Amino acid sequence: MQTMKDLIAEHPFFRGLDPEHLDVIAGCAQNVRFQAGEFLFREGDEADRFFLIRHGRVALSTYIPERGAITIQTIGAGEVLGWSWLFPPYRWHFDARALEVTRAIAFDGKCLREKCQADSKLGYELMRRFASIMMDRLQATRLQLLDVYGGRS
Amino acid sequence: MNTMSAEPIQAVDPMAPRWYRILQRRRENHDTFTLELTPEDGGAPMAFAPGQFNMLYVFGVGEIPISISGDPSQPQRLIHTTRAVGTVTKAMSRLGKGDLLGVRGPFGTSWPLAEAEGKDVVVVTGGIGLAPLRPAIYQLLAQREKYARIVLLYGARTQEDMVFRRELERWSARLDVEIFATVDRATSGWRGNVGVATTLIPHAPFDPDDTIALVCGPEVMMRYTVAALEKRGLEHEQIYISMERNMKCAVGFCGHCQFGPQFICKDGPVFRFDQVRAIFGKWEV
Repeated sequence: MQTMKDLIAEHPFFRGLDPEHLDVIAGCAQNVRFQAGEFLFREGDEADRFFLIRHGRVALSTYIPERGAITIQTIGAGEVLGWSWLFPPYRWHFDARALEVTRAIAFDGKCLREKCQADSKLGYELMRRFASIMMDRLQATRLQLLDVYGGRS
Repeated sequence: MNTMSAEPIQAVDPMAPRWYRILQRRRENHDTFTLELTPEDGGAPMAFAPGQFNMLYVFGVGEIPISISGDPSQPQRLIHTTRAVGTVTKAMSRLGKGDLLGVRGPFGTSWPLAEAEGKDVVVVTGGIGLAPLRPAIYQLLAQREKYARIVLLYGARTQEDMVFRRELERWSARLDVEIFATVDRATSGWRGNVGVATTLIPHAPFDPDDTIALVCGPEVMMRYTVAALEKRGLEHEQIYISMERNMKCAVGFCGHCQFGPQFICKDGPVFRFDQVRAIFGKWEV
Protein backbone atom coordinates (compact mmCIF):
# COMPACT_ATOMS: atom_id res chain seq x y z
CA MET A 1 0.00 0.00 0.00
CA GLN A 2 1.26 3.43 -0.89
CA THR A 3 2.10 5.76 1.96
CA MET A 4 1.36 9.48 1.96
CA LYS A 5 5.06 10.05 1.33
CA ASP A 6 4.88 7.81 -1.78
CA LEU A 7 1.84 9.66 -3.11
CA ILE A 8 3.49 13.04 -2.61
CA ALA A 9 6.78 11.86 -4.16
CA GLU A 10 5.10 10.69 -7.36
CA HIS A 11 3.22 13.95 -7.92
CA PRO A 12 5.03 16.14 -10.51
CA PHE A 13 5.05 19.14 -8.18
CA PHE A 14 7.24 17.43 -5.60
CA ARG A 15 9.20 15.14 -7.94
CA GLY A 16 12.83 14.95 -6.85
CA LEU A 17 12.27 16.45 -3.41
CA ASP A 18 14.76 15.35 -0.75
CA PRO A 19 13.32 12.24 1.04
CA GLU A 20 13.86 13.92 4.42
CA HIS A 21 11.74 16.82 3.31
CA LEU A 22 9.09 14.44 2.00
CA ASP A 23 8.87 12.95 5.50
CA VAL A 24 8.46 16.41 6.98
CA ILE A 25 5.74 17.63 4.62
CA ALA A 26 3.87 14.32 4.68
CA GLY A 27 3.01 15.17 8.28
CA CYS A 28 1.00 18.15 7.02
CA ALA A 29 -0.88 16.23 4.31
CA GLN A 30 -4.09 14.28 3.98
CA ASN A 31 -6.02 12.64 1.16
CA VAL A 32 -9.21 14.42 0.14
CA ARG A 33 -11.98 13.75 -2.37
CA PHE A 34 -14.55 16.10 -3.83
CA GLN A 35 -17.73 15.30 -5.71
CA ALA A 36 -18.50 17.05 -9.00
CA GLY A 37 -19.87 20.49 -8.17
CA GLU A 38 -18.37 20.58 -4.68
CA PHE A 39 -16.26 23.61 -3.74
CA LEU A 40 -12.66 23.10 -2.64
CA PHE A 41 -12.65 26.70 -1.43
CA ARG A 42 -14.58 29.94 -1.82
CA GLU A 43 -13.33 33.43 -2.67
CA GLY A 44 -12.68 35.47 0.49
CA ASP A 45 -12.48 32.47 2.81
CA GLU A 46 -9.37 31.76 4.84
CA ALA A 47 -6.67 30.20 2.64
CA ASP A 48 -5.41 27.51 4.94
CA ARG A 49 -4.57 24.75 2.45
CA PHE A 50 -3.24 23.90 -0.97
CA PHE A 51 -3.88 20.86 -3.13
CA LEU A 52 -1.94 18.49 -5.32
CA ILE A 53 -4.53 17.26 -7.81
CA ARG A 54 -4.19 13.51 -8.38
CA HIS A 55 -7.32 12.81 -10.44
CA GLY A 56 -10.12 14.96 -11.75
CA ARG A 57 -10.43 18.61 -12.70
CA VAL A 58 -11.13 21.83 -10.85
CA ALA A 59 -12.43 25.15 -12.19
CA LEU A 60 -11.09 28.41 -10.77
CA SER A 61 -13.81 30.99 -11.13
CA THR A 62 -15.04 34.33 -9.94
CA TYR A 63 -18.54 35.68 -9.71
CA ILE A 64 -19.49 38.72 -11.78
CA PRO A 65 -22.91 40.23 -11.12
CA GLU A 66 -25.27 39.79 -14.08
CA ARG A 67 -22.79 37.42 -15.74
CA GLY A 68 -22.57 34.71 -13.11
CA ALA A 69 -19.57 32.54 -12.32
CA ILE A 70 -16.80 33.00 -14.91
CA THR A 71 -14.20 30.28 -15.16
CA ILE A 72 -10.70 31.75 -15.35
CA GLN A 73 -8.76 28.52 -15.57
CA THR A 74 -9.08 24.79 -15.07
CA ILE A 75 -6.56 22.76 -13.09
CA GLY A 76 -6.16 19.03 -13.69
CA ALA A 77 -4.31 15.93 -12.57
CA GLY A 78 -0.62 16.51 -11.96
CA GLU A 79 -1.11 20.18 -11.19
CA VAL A 80 -1.08 22.20 -7.99
CA LEU A 81 -3.91 24.38 -6.78
CA GLY A 82 -3.64 27.29 -4.34
CA TRP A 83 -0.90 29.64 -3.23
CA SER A 84 -2.85 32.18 -1.19
CA TRP A 85 -1.92 30.21 1.94
CA LEU A 86 1.66 31.42 1.46
CA PHE A 87 1.08 35.15 1.91
CA PRO A 88 -0.94 37.31 4.28
CA PRO A 89 -3.82 37.95 4.56
CA TYR A 90 -4.26 34.24 3.67
CA ARG A 91 -7.53 34.66 1.78
CA TRP A 92 -8.62 32.91 -1.42
CA HIS A 93 -8.92 35.15 -4.47
CA PHE A 94 -11.14 32.79 -6.47
CA ASP A 95 -13.65 30.01 -6.06
CA ALA A 96 -12.41 26.48 -6.77
CA ARG A 97 -15.07 23.95 -7.72
CA ALA A 98 -14.64 20.33 -8.77
CA LEU A 99 -15.89 19.75 -12.34
CA GLU A 100 -15.78 16.00 -11.84
CA VAL A 101 -14.93 13.66 -8.99
CA THR A 102 -11.55 14.96 -7.87
CA ARG A 103 -8.98 13.30 -5.64
CA ALA A 104 -6.18 15.37 -4.20
CA ILE A 105 -3.63 15.65 -1.45
CA ALA A 106 -4.43 18.61 0.78
CA PHE A 107 -1.66 20.30 2.74
CA ASP A 108 -2.26 22.28 5.92
CA GLY A 109 -0.83 25.73 5.12
CA LYS A 110 -0.12 26.78 8.69
CA CYS A 111 1.64 23.49 9.43
CA LEU A 112 3.80 23.87 6.30
CA ARG A 113 4.62 27.51 7.02
CA GLU A 114 5.86 26.55 10.48
CA LYS A 115 8.01 23.75 9.07
CA CYS A 116 9.45 26.11 6.45
CA GLN A 117 10.29 28.65 9.18
CA ALA A 118 12.16 25.93 11.08
CA ASP A 119 13.95 24.57 7.99
CA SER A 120 14.99 27.29 5.58
CA LYS A 121 16.24 24.74 3.02
CA LEU A 122 12.76 23.24 2.86
CA GLY A 123 11.27 26.72 2.72
CA TYR A 124 13.51 27.68 -0.19
CA GLU A 125 12.69 24.47 -2.06
CA LEU A 126 8.96 24.98 -1.62
CA MET A 127 9.11 28.64 -2.66
CA ARG A 128 11.24 27.74 -5.68
CA ARG A 129 8.64 25.25 -6.86
CA PHE A 130 5.75 27.63 -6.28
CA ALA A 131 7.62 30.44 -8.03
CA SER A 132 8.02 28.22 -11.10
CA ILE A 133 4.27 27.50 -11.12
CA MET A 134 3.51 31.20 -10.68
CA MET A 135 5.77 32.08 -13.60
CA ASP A 136 4.12 29.49 -15.85
CA ARG A 137 0.68 30.81 -14.95
CA LEU A 138 1.75 34.42 -15.42
CA GLN A 139 3.06 33.57 -18.90
CA ALA A 140 -0.14 31.70 -19.74
CA THR A 141 -2.22 34.64 -18.52
CA ARG A 142 -0.20 37.03 -20.67
CA LEU A 143 -0.80 34.85 -23.70
CA GLN A 144 -4.49 34.69 -22.78
CA LEU A 145 -4.59 38.49 -22.58
CA LEU A 146 -3.06 38.82 -26.04
CA ASP A 147 -6.21 37.24 -27.47
CA VAL A 148 -4.08 35.79 -30.24
CA TYR A 149 -6.89 34.19 -32.20
CA GLY A 150 -8.52 37.53 -32.92
CA GLY A 151 -11.86 38.82 -31.79
CA ARG A 152 -15.18 39.07 -33.52
CA SER A 153 -15.21 41.94 -35.96
CA MET B 1 -5.56 4.16 -55.28
CA ASN B 2 -3.55 5.52 -52.40
CA THR B 3 -2.35 8.96 -53.47
CA MET B 4 -1.07 9.98 -50.06
CA SER B 5 2.43 11.39 -49.92
CA ALA B 6 4.55 12.71 -47.11
CA GLU B 7 6.88 14.39 -49.60
CA PRO B 8 5.98 17.80 -51.04
CA ILE B 9 4.30 17.70 -54.45
CA GLN B 10 5.55 20.11 -57.14
CA ALA B 11 2.99 22.15 -59.06
CA VAL B 12 2.85 21.12 -62.73
CA ASP B 13 2.60 24.70 -64.01
CA PRO B 14 3.24 26.92 -60.99
CA MET B 15 2.43 30.25 -62.64
CA ALA B 16 -0.82 29.34 -64.42
CA PRO B 17 -4.04 29.34 -62.39
CA ARG B 18 -6.37 26.46 -63.09
CA TRP B 19 -10.10 27.02 -62.82
CA TYR B 20 -11.91 25.31 -59.99
CA ARG B 21 -15.63 25.35 -59.31
CA ILE B 22 -17.04 25.55 -55.80
CA LEU B 23 -18.97 22.37 -54.98
CA GLN B 24 -19.80 23.29 -51.44
CA ARG B 25 -19.31 26.12 -48.96
CA ARG B 26 -19.48 25.34 -45.27
CA ARG B 27 -19.44 27.78 -42.38
CA GLU B 28 -17.09 26.73 -39.57
CA ASN B 29 -17.70 29.63 -37.18
CA HIS B 30 -18.61 33.33 -37.31
CA ASP B 31 -15.76 34.29 -39.67
CA THR B 32 -14.28 31.02 -40.89
CA PHE B 33 -15.51 29.01 -43.86
CA THR B 34 -14.50 25.96 -45.87
CA LEU B 35 -14.68 25.66 -49.64
CA GLU B 36 -14.78 22.34 -51.46
CA LEU B 37 -13.50 22.70 -55.04
CA THR B 38 -13.33 20.55 -58.15
CA PRO B 39 -11.31 21.24 -61.32
CA GLU B 40 -13.48 22.85 -63.99
CA ASP B 41 -11.59 21.11 -66.80
CA GLY B 42 -12.50 17.72 -65.38
CA GLY B 43 -8.83 16.75 -65.44
CA ALA B 44 -6.71 14.98 -62.88
CA PRO B 45 -7.17 16.03 -59.27
CA MET B 46 -4.40 17.94 -57.55
CA ALA B 47 -2.26 15.64 -55.42
CA PHE B 48 -0.74 17.36 -52.40
CA ALA B 49 1.15 16.57 -49.23
CA PRO B 50 -0.12 17.62 -45.76
CA GLY B 51 1.04 21.13 -44.92
CA GLN B 52 1.21 22.46 -48.48
CA PHE B 53 -0.76 25.45 -49.69
CA ASN B 54 -2.35 26.82 -52.85
CA MET B 55 -2.71 30.31 -54.24
CA LEU B 56 -6.43 31.01 -54.59
CA TYR B 57 -7.46 33.73 -57.00
CA VAL B 58 -10.76 35.57 -56.73
CA PHE B 59 -11.19 37.03 -60.20
CA GLY B 60 -10.92 40.79 -60.24
CA VAL B 61 -10.01 40.98 -56.56
CA GLY B 62 -6.71 39.24 -55.93
CA GLU B 63 -4.78 36.13 -55.08
CA ILE B 64 -3.79 34.81 -51.65
CA PRO B 65 -2.07 31.76 -50.17
CA ILE B 66 -4.32 29.36 -48.27
CA SER B 67 -3.37 26.01 -46.75
CA ILE B 68 -5.06 22.90 -48.01
CA SER B 69 -7.26 21.49 -45.24
CA GLY B 70 -8.64 18.39 -46.94
CA ASP B 71 -7.78 14.73 -46.97
CA PRO B 72 -4.68 13.90 -49.08
CA SER B 73 -6.20 10.52 -49.90
CA GLN B 74 -9.17 12.26 -51.53
CA PRO B 75 -7.51 14.87 -53.76
CA GLN B 76 -10.55 15.00 -56.04
CA ARG B 77 -12.10 17.16 -53.29
CA LEU B 78 -9.76 20.12 -52.97
CA ILE B 79 -10.59 21.70 -49.63
CA HIS B 80 -9.53 25.03 -48.19
CA THR B 81 -10.50 26.67 -44.92
CA THR B 82 -9.90 30.33 -44.20
CA ARG B 83 -11.11 33.34 -42.21
CA ALA B 84 -12.85 36.26 -43.85
CA VAL B 85 -10.50 38.98 -42.63
CA GLY B 86 -8.95 40.67 -45.71
CA THR B 87 -10.15 41.99 -49.05
CA VAL B 88 -9.69 38.72 -50.91
CA THR B 89 -10.97 36.39 -48.20
CA LYS B 90 -14.02 38.61 -47.63
CA ALA B 91 -14.77 38.47 -51.35
CA MET B 92 -14.19 34.73 -51.26
CA SER B 93 -16.60 34.37 -48.36
CA ARG B 94 -19.33 35.82 -50.57
CA LEU B 95 -18.83 33.15 -53.23
CA GLY B 96 -21.11 30.16 -53.25
CA LYS B 97 -21.79 26.84 -54.89
CA GLY B 98 -21.08 26.95 -58.64
CA ASP B 99 -18.77 29.99 -58.55
CA LEU B 100 -15.27 29.79 -60.01
CA LEU B 101 -11.86 30.38 -58.45
CA GLY B 102 -8.36 30.29 -59.88
CA VAL B 103 -5.99 27.87 -58.18
CA ARG B 104 -2.20 27.60 -58.44
CA GLY B 105 -0.31 24.95 -56.55
CA PRO B 106 0.44 22.99 -54.55
CA PHE B 107 3.38 24.84 -53.04
CA GLY B 108 5.76 24.57 -50.15
CA THR B 109 7.07 21.98 -47.76
CA SER B 110 5.06 19.39 -45.86
CA TRP B 111 4.74 17.97 -42.35
CA PRO B 112 7.41 15.31 -41.65
CA LEU B 113 5.09 12.32 -41.35
CA ALA B 114 7.62 9.78 -42.64
CA GLU B 115 10.17 10.97 -40.10
CA ALA B 116 7.59 10.66 -37.34
CA GLU B 117 6.98 6.97 -38.01
CA GLY B 118 7.49 4.84 -34.92
CA LYS B 119 7.36 7.87 -32.65
CA ASP B 120 4.80 9.70 -30.60
CA VAL B 121 3.27 12.58 -32.51
CA VAL B 122 1.96 15.60 -30.64
CA VAL B 123 -0.01 18.12 -32.66
CA VAL B 124 -0.29 21.52 -30.98
CA THR B 125 -2.56 24.01 -32.64
CA GLY B 126 -4.76 26.99 -31.99
CA GLY B 127 -7.66 28.62 -33.78
CA ILE B 128 -7.65 28.14 -37.52
CA GLY B 129 -4.14 26.68 -37.22
CA LEU B 130 -5.93 23.34 -37.18
CA ALA B 131 -6.68 23.75 -40.91
CA PRO B 132 -3.12 23.22 -42.23
CA LEU B 133 -2.72 20.33 -39.78
CA ARG B 134 -5.95 18.54 -40.63
CA PRO B 135 -4.44 16.80 -43.71
CA ALA B 136 -1.62 15.55 -41.48
CA ILE B 137 -4.11 14.23 -38.93
CA TYR B 138 -6.06 12.45 -41.69
CA GLN B 139 -2.88 10.82 -42.85
CA LEU B 140 -1.68 9.91 -39.34
CA LEU B 141 -5.02 8.25 -38.61
CA ALA B 142 -5.15 6.51 -42.01
CA GLN B 143 -1.78 4.95 -41.25
CA ARG B 144 -2.33 4.64 -37.53
CA GLU B 145 -0.19 1.52 -37.15
CA LYS B 146 2.94 3.44 -38.16
CA TYR B 147 2.92 5.73 -35.14
CA ALA B 148 3.06 5.34 -31.38
CA ARG B 149 0.84 7.76 -29.46
CA ILE B 150 -1.01 10.48 -31.35
CA VAL B 151 -1.98 13.46 -29.23
CA LEU B 152 -3.85 16.56 -30.40
CA LEU B 153 -3.78 19.67 -28.23
CA TYR B 154 -6.19 22.27 -29.55
CA GLY B 155 -6.85 25.76 -28.24
CA ALA B 156 -9.47 28.24 -29.36
CA ARG B 157 -10.71 31.59 -28.17
CA THR B 158 -14.09 30.19 -27.15
CA GLN B 159 -15.98 27.01 -27.91
CA GLU B 160 -17.94 28.91 -30.57
CA ASP B 161 -14.67 29.75 -32.34
CA MET B 162 -13.54 26.14 -32.68
CA VAL B 163 -13.29 24.82 -36.22
CA PHE B 164 -14.02 21.29 -37.45
CA ARG B 165 -16.16 20.56 -34.38
CA ARG B 166 -17.72 17.42 -35.83
CA GLU B 167 -14.33 15.97 -36.68
CA LEU B 168 -12.90 16.83 -33.28
CA GLU B 169 -15.80 14.93 -31.75
CA ARG B 170 -15.32 11.99 -34.11
CA TRP B 171 -11.59 11.81 -33.42
CA SER B 172 -12.25 12.10 -29.68
CA ALA B 173 -14.44 9.00 -29.89
CA ARG B 174 -11.53 6.93 -31.21
CA LEU B 175 -9.59 4.91 -28.67
CA ASP B 176 -6.24 5.32 -30.43
CA VAL B 177 -5.87 9.08 -30.40
CA GLU B 178 -5.95 11.47 -27.45
CA ILE B 179 -7.47 14.88 -27.86
CA PHE B 180 -7.36 17.71 -25.37
CA ALA B 181 -9.15 20.94 -26.16
CA THR B 182 -9.10 24.17 -24.24
CA VAL B 183 -10.53 27.65 -24.62
CA ASP B 184 -9.08 31.01 -23.64
CA ARG B 185 -12.49 32.16 -22.46
CA ALA B 186 -15.26 29.98 -21.13
CA THR B 187 -18.70 30.78 -22.42
CA SER B 188 -21.89 29.31 -21.05
CA GLY B 189 -22.21 25.59 -21.54
CA TRP B 190 -18.48 24.91 -21.88
CA ARG B 191 -17.50 22.08 -19.54
CA GLY B 192 -13.96 21.55 -20.80
CA ASN B 193 -10.56 23.03 -20.06
CA VAL B 194 -10.01 26.77 -19.70
CA GLY B 195 -6.56 28.22 -20.37
CA VAL B 196 -4.27 28.69 -23.35
CA ALA B 197 -3.17 25.73 -25.46
CA THR B 198 0.33 25.75 -23.97
CA THR B 199 -1.09 24.81 -20.55
CA LEU B 200 -1.98 21.40 -22.00
CA ILE B 201 1.63 20.56 -22.82
CA PRO B 202 3.16 19.80 -19.38
CA HIS B 203 0.84 16.87 -18.67
CA ALA B 204 0.04 15.63 -22.17
CA PRO B 205 0.74 11.91 -22.63
CA PHE B 206 3.80 11.69 -24.87
CA ASP B 207 7.41 10.66 -24.40
CA PRO B 208 9.58 13.76 -24.93
CA ASP B 209 12.57 11.61 -25.88
CA ASP B 210 10.74 10.01 -28.78
CA THR B 211 8.25 12.56 -30.05
CA ILE B 212 7.78 14.74 -33.10
CA ALA B 213 5.77 17.91 -32.48
CA LEU B 214 3.75 19.58 -35.23
CA VAL B 215 2.80 23.13 -34.33
CA CYS B 216 0.60 25.64 -36.14
CA GLY B 217 -1.18 28.72 -34.91
CA PRO B 218 -0.65 32.45 -34.54
CA GLU B 219 3.10 33.13 -34.40
CA VAL B 220 3.05 34.37 -30.81
CA MET B 221 1.20 31.23 -29.77
CA MET B 222 3.86 29.14 -31.51
CA ARG B 223 6.61 31.00 -29.59
CA TYR B 224 5.01 30.08 -26.28
CA THR B 225 4.35 26.56 -27.53
CA VAL B 226 7.98 25.98 -28.50
CA ALA B 227 9.04 27.22 -25.05
CA ALA B 228 6.62 24.82 -23.35
CA LEU B 229 7.80 21.91 -25.52
CA GLU B 230 11.43 22.76 -24.72
CA LYS B 231 10.58 22.80 -21.03
CA ARG B 232 8.99 19.38 -21.46
CA GLY B 233 12.31 18.16 -22.88
CA LEU B 234 11.96 18.30 -26.67
CA GLU B 235 14.94 19.35 -28.77
CA HIS B 236 14.51 21.91 -31.55
CA GLU B 237 15.08 19.15 -34.09
CA GLN B 238 11.91 17.45 -32.84
CA ILE B 239 9.67 20.49 -33.36
CA TYR B 240 8.12 21.56 -36.67
CA ILE B 241 6.21 24.79 -37.17
CA SER B 242 4.20 26.22 -40.06
CA MET B 243 5.01 29.86 -40.81
CA GLU B 244 2.91 32.48 -42.52
CA ARG B 245 4.09 35.58 -44.37
CA ASN B 246 2.96 37.79 -47.23
CA MET B 247 3.31 35.25 -50.04
CA LYS B 248 2.69 36.59 -53.55
CA CYS B 249 4.37 34.49 -56.24
CA ALA B 250 4.66 31.26 -54.19
CA VAL B 251 7.76 30.16 -56.08
CA GLY B 252 10.54 32.26 -54.54
CA PHE B 253 10.73 34.94 -57.26
CA CYS B 254 9.23 38.02 -55.68
CA GLY B 255 10.81 37.98 -52.24
CA HIS B 256 7.70 39.19 -50.40
CA CYS B 257 7.84 36.28 -47.98
CA GLN B 258 11.58 36.34 -47.36
CA PHE B 259 12.40 35.29 -43.81
CA GLY B 260 16.12 35.76 -43.26
CA PRO B 261 17.85 33.42 -45.70
CA GLN B 262 14.63 31.52 -46.41
CA PHE B 263 11.54 32.07 -48.49
CA ILE B 264 8.44 30.93 -46.64
CA CYS B 265 6.72 29.96 -49.90
CA LYS B 266 9.33 27.51 -51.15
CA ASP B 267 11.55 26.69 -48.14
CA GLY B 268 8.47 26.57 -45.89
CA PRO B 269 5.79 26.97 -44.78
CA VAL B 270 6.73 23.96 -42.65
CA PHE B 271 10.13 24.32 -41.02
CA ARG B 272 12.01 22.23 -38.53
CA PHE B 273 12.41 24.69 -35.68
CA ASP B 274 16.20 24.67 -35.63
CA GLN B 275 16.11 26.01 -39.23
CA VAL B 276 14.44 29.24 -38.11
CA ARG B 277 15.26 29.44 -34.41
CA ALA B 278 17.87 32.19 -34.78
CA ILE B 279 15.39 34.63 -36.33
CA PHE B 280 12.06 33.34 -35.05
CA GLY B 281 10.27 36.08 -33.15
CA LYS B 282 12.67 38.85 -34.21
CA TRP B 283 11.12 42.12 -35.43
CA GLU B 284 13.97 43.13 -37.68
CA VAL B 285 13.87 40.16 -40.06
